[in-house]
Amino acid sequence: MADRTLTLAIMDAPYEAAASTTAFRIIGAALAKDIRVNVFAYEGAVALTMKDQAPHANPVKGTSVEEEAHPTTKDLVAALMAPQLRWVNCGLCVDERGTGNWIEGVTRGGPADFFAMAMESTATLVIPTR
Amino acid sequence: MRILNIVESAYRGTLEEQDDTVLWLSRALKNAGADLTVVLRGNAVNYAVRQDCPPLTIGRTTIQHPARPNEYLAKLQAKGAKVYVVAEDLVERGIAAQGCVPEAEPLSRADLVDLLEAHDQIWHW
Repeated sequence: MADRTLTLAIMDAPYEAAASTTAFRIIGAALAKDIRVNVFAYEGAVALTMKDQAPHANPVKGTSVEEEAHPTTKDLVAALMAPQLRWVNCGLCVDERGTGNWIEGVTRGGPADFFAMAMESTATLVIPTR
Repeated sequence: MRILNIVESAYRGTLEEQDDTVLWLSRALKNAGADLTVVLRGNAVNYAVRQDCPPLTIGRTTIQHPARPNEYLAKLQAKGAKVYVVAEDLVERGIAAQGCVPEAEPLSRADLVDLLEAHDQIWHW
């Protein structure tokens, strides 16, 4: 049983910032070390888990959908999902963006959940939009 | 647990949100019981400048409730959150401390170190 917990607050929308990749790598590395991870997806980051994301072909490279094997952020989050990962989407951020159709394992919450997660954590890392 | 929220990115989505997202979050965290301090640095020091925020018209739509940073700083202070503004960042932008609201207390970069030491968690937005 993990006795350490890391909480991350992330804000960047998908396909916009390297910070999202960094966050995914931190989450994956922490889980691999048996560290519990909480994620509070705030503002644009709630779209990372949108179920309706679809991979596309790449006409510039001349690749088909299959050849491109385009990694969507919802698939990357799904690949991280584990009993030790809790992913909370900010509900108000979801409502204003219409991003309520998300992948399994994600829950709706708010700042009070973020505060509670931070309180129970060994460390909290904020990765804001710049 | 003492939390220090450092706000640097300014006017991020303030039109659509009718708020600053991190000042809003700070108030929500305070409502949830957080022991919270806020520091404005970089372009966010502009939030401390005494300002009017009139409705904004875009095309045929008027945004009646624009973001009002001065008001949010006052409400944070009223809830018991101390608010500081980095003095050097004001000077670099030609902003006189007298032109700022009293709710944001000027703080030197040197004194910021002590403030960092006094908090358990530093969240830099």
